[in-house]
Amino acid sequence: MKETLARIRAEALAKIADTSADLEQIRIQYLGKKGELTSVLRGMGNLSAEERPVIGQLANDIRTAIEAAIQSKSAELKAKALDLKLKAEKIDVTVPGERIPLGHNHPLSIVQRELEETFIGLGFSIAEGPEVEYDYYNFQALNIPENHPARDTQDTFYITDNILLRSQTSPVQVRVMEKTKPPIRIISPGRVYRSDAVDATHSPLFHQCEGLVVDKGITMADLKGMLELFAKRMFGEQTKIRFRPHHFPFTEPSAEVDISCFVCGGKGCRFCKNEGWIEILGCGMVHPFVLSNCNIDPEVYSGFAFGVGIERVALLKYHIDDMRLLYENDTRFLDQF
Amino acid sequence: MNLSLNWLSDFVNVSDIDAKAYCDRMTDTGSKVESFELLGEDIQNVVVARVISMERHPDSDHMWICQVDAGLGEPVQIVTGAQNVTAGALVPAAIPVAHLPGDVTIKAGKLRGVESNGMLCSIGELNLTVHDMPGAAENGILLLDESFADKIGMDIRDALQLKDTVVEFEITSNRPDCLSVIGLARETAVSFDRPLTVKEPVVRESAKSDSIDKYLSVAIDAPDLCRRYCARVVKNVKIAPSPLWMRMRLRACGVRPINNIVDITNYVMLEYGQPMHAFDYAQLEGQAIHVRRAGAGEPFKSLDDQDHILDTSMLVIADGKKPCCLAGVMGGANSEITESTKTVVFESANFDGASVRITAKKNGMRTESSGRFEKGLDPENCMPALERACELVELLGAGEIVRGPIDVYPGKKAPVSLPLNADAINRFLGVDLPESYMQDVLRKLQFKVENGIVTAPSFRSDIGCMNDLAEEVIRIYGYNKIESSSFKAEATQGGYTEKQRYAIKTEDALLGMGLSHIHTFSFISPKQYDRIRMPADSEQRKSVVISNPLGEDTSIMRTTAVPSMLEVLARNFNMNNSEASLFEMATVYIPAADSRDLPAENKVLTIGMYGEKAGFPRLKGILENLLKISRISDIAFAACTDDPVFHPGRCASISTRDGKSLGRFGQIHPLTAANFGLPVPVYVADIDFDGLFELSGSTILYKSLPKYPASARDFAFVCDEDLEVGTIDEVIARAGGKLIEDIHLFDIYRGPQLGEGKKSIAIRVTLRAPDHTLTVEETDKITKKILGDLEHKLNISIRN
Repeated sequence: MKETLARIRAEALAKIADTSADLEQIRIQYLGKKGELTSVLRGMGNLSAEERPVIGQLANDIRTAIEAAIQSKSAELKAKALDLKLKAEKIDVTVPGERIPLGHNHPLSIVQRELEETFIGLGFSIAEGPEVEYDYYNFQALNIPENHPARDTQDTFYITDNILLRSQTSPVQVRVMEKTKPPIRIISPGRVYRSDAVDATHSPLFHQCEGLVVDKGITMADLKGMLELFAKRMFGEQTKIRFRPHHFPFTEPSAEVDISCFVCGGKGCRFCKNEGWIEILGCGMVHPFVLSNCNIDPEVYSGFAFGVGIERVALLKYHIDDMRLLYENDTRFLDQF
Repeated sequence: MNLSLNWLSDFVNVSDIDAKAYCDRMTDTGSKVESFELLGEDIQNVVVARVISMERHPDSDHMWICQVDAGLGEPVQIVTGAQNVTAGALVPAAIPVAHLPGDVTIKAGKLRGVESNGMLCSIGELNLTVHDMPGAAENGILLLDESFADKIGMDIRDALQLKDTVVEFEITSNRPDCLSVIGLARETAVSFDRPLTVKEPVVRESAKSDSIDKYLSVAIDAPDLCRRYCARVVKNVKIAPSPLWMRMRLRACGVRPINNIVDITNYVMLEYGQPMHAFDYAQLEGQAIHVRRAGAGEPFKSLDDQDHILDTSMLVIADGKKPCCLAGVMGGANSEITESTKTVVFESANFDGASVRITAKKNGMRTESSGRFEKGLDPENCMPALERACELVELLGAGEIVRGPIDVYPGKKAPVSLPLNADAINRFLGVDLPESYMQDVLRKLQFKVENGIVTAPSFRSDIGCMNDLAEEVIRIYGYNKIESSSFKAEATQGGYTEKQRYAIKTEDALLGMGLSHIHTFSFISPKQYDRIRMPADSEQRKSVVISNPLGEDTSIMRTTAVPSMLEVLARNFNMNNSEASLFEMATVYIPAADSRDLPAENKVLTIGMYGEKAGFPRLKGILENLLKISRISDIAFAACTDDPVFHPGRCASISTRDGKSLGRFGQIHPLTAANFGLPVPVYVADIDFDGLFELSGSTILYKSLPKYPASARDFAFVCDEDLEVGTIDEVIARAGGKLIEDIHLFDIYRGPQLGEGKKSIAIRVTLRAPDHTLTVEETDKITKKILGDLEHKLNISIRN
């Protein structure tokens, strides 16, 4: 009997090892109900009591061995088959992907959003105001009475004697202060209009972003600190700012602000016309006239305001050399953003 | 304002400071420098020389061979083609290698075979004009007079005082006092902590001279527009060119020299910042000056020979009969200084800024003078300026000053005084400067500081509150020395409003669906309404009109953003961009019923596309997605056949069930498209974004996932072409009631076997009950009802 078992074992394992073997048939042939090993085991009744456990043990070992062999062979075959399948499925990965239409945001919107996110992070809200505005809000309430020479610097489009296209976003300051008690912390991006003919650096319509903070104890040092934060966020951590005294009727003191050139880092290059600095915005401490005009007591509250040209930031940031591109909306231009 | 640093040195010494450093510091302390120019830098190796002898060039009929003494010991041979040179003449000679303006280099060479070691120069070659050098030949060599005899060999720039540094300042409108050499000298002195020397002008007056009262009286009839009027009379005037130094200073500041009297008025205006005027006394009738309002319709000819018709808002300086000067703007042709002027009246007055501004604007002539007056000048400056002018007359020997000025001063103002609260200033600026420092700065700026009270000098009309004092202190201390801080303030909520957030969500969704964001101008041409074929009587044509537009193209505020979109699509098409899918979040401006009110500014969303992927279904799909993310349901799309902008068969309106319109979209009418030069199908949506926002929902409530399976039934019908799928959907939805989960059109087929005007439609209806598995009987019942209703209501039957 031992010999029979040994033969079955050898035969079965050999068959399994044969690559073309049908494993299921082999299993049935040896291990099935009518299989060879099963029928050997059935004849165990004729064995002596001493032999029976020995042969039984042997037969079980052979069964386990065959089963293990079948299993490993089966896994091997599956792996081979999968391998073949994967090989057959190989594609050329350098073939371009499907062109899923992709929309591109406008550079002005990208900059505006960045500004908004920066200031929202500092607790600012986004205020809005009309573009067709009363003379009062655009000028008079901002300490620019009729026939004030400062009106000359902003050639204004008029609708009627009293209504105009706002020449700055500053009227939103007044509208906000009229309606809100301090603390006030807003920015107001939007369109402004000036009577400038279109060329590479001028447009009769452009975008500004106004900023206004009014609270107790707001200082000029705070204004500087906040603009530093803004400049770093918009133009990179290395950016430095420089204040130059200036005059705006609605702020006092007023300043123009330059940022260190982000191309050369301030050493001077073609981009910054060898200055090392690039003019970026105007700002100042809110004039007490403007505060009192909005029923905010300048003895109790102080504040600062700033206005930055969104086009200016976009042109600088993306090295765009012609402002007209922003309004032409050529897809070859837009697709780059 | 152009400042000559030579001139500045009369008042403050900064000659040891490099020009760039000077400019940087001035900018830092508030006088912004635009640029600076080193005058005379482009002239090198040109010297004063004497022509010793001349002989004809052997091979030329017009050239001369000159032997020139250029102070080099040996004579220099120079060939010239000029005909105005004679032996003995003093001339500028360029000695090689020399440089002249316009990048001209003079080297030794031969002219028709004769050696020429330089060039004799004309005024043009030195970048001078006959105004700078009166009497000089325009087409010949500059001949210098014998006063240059001791300057042979001297650099011509020194001999003619051509070397200077000119700094161009951008002076802000609040500092008209800085539109002057003295004003900038004051700023310079403080900025560099140097002493300032401004000498009081001294007028000797002619001992024999009679009193001004015999010549002139001055009356101010409009003291609201003229706060002060000072005058002096100069007799025995000798009109002549002014001296070289004066001409060169005027030239450096960009003012053309004319004659001594006119040059003096300009010189004083530049030096003191006080515009002056000179009348020819002989032309004044009645020995009187009246400062009065012009009569309505009164004619006036200005000295540039322009005729003006005046009105009563304008101030004139008149004699007994006629206006002789438009106050603060320009003198009259009738009393202009001429070669034959013998007696001059100098005016130094103070006029109301707003009045001068309006007058100049109305008459279309902004002058150096009006530009200064309109900023508000200091009346205290009138008399010193007048005295300076007379001092210069005496210095130049241009005439005799008649005894006594006339000074009518009805508008003297008390100086502005403010308490100096150092703590408040420090708190406001966020710095910690000692009060003594503040006092020091203010005193240097010529403020008086006494007992804690600061009094501003009369020329600082911009000072009015604590902030102004703070600015004075900090600009001299240095804005950039302020140490930055972050504000400590009450916390604010901040963030976007719901509508702003919705706009961003919309933009992001559109970008995600392959549309690019555009920005277009808010103003358009009224012709754009014609181009989009808007009906002539359309209410939408009523627009906000700009009264002073740049041009017709940008003359009205748009009431629709569709033409802007079509223009952009057309531009892209013309650039051969094969496709474009764009959107704009635009504002449209709807005039108010009352023109005194502001227009409504409404937000609209326009979408536009052309190209391979563009089409009605794609556009509708984008809008449906937008509605979906806006959580807006129950929207009806209906065919819109009567909008001439759109294709009559390919346009839909979007509205709520209760009839509120949200806009329309579809293919642009080929005629409209053609108006924009678009020969391809173009698709546009014009959506009321404000309306969309009102309907949008932000609340999200989860519905549990279905527990029971759905069953689907497919229906295929043949129906008339005109029958809309929407109608069929509606009938099915009603018939199916609550159990309908989805109605999905999956095929439309048209073919010859269906017959003319027919189409086949295949729809899958998904049914599901929330609480049980639908039985076959239930499904069949609904199917039957659907079929019955379709047949009954729409007269269509299932396709076999």
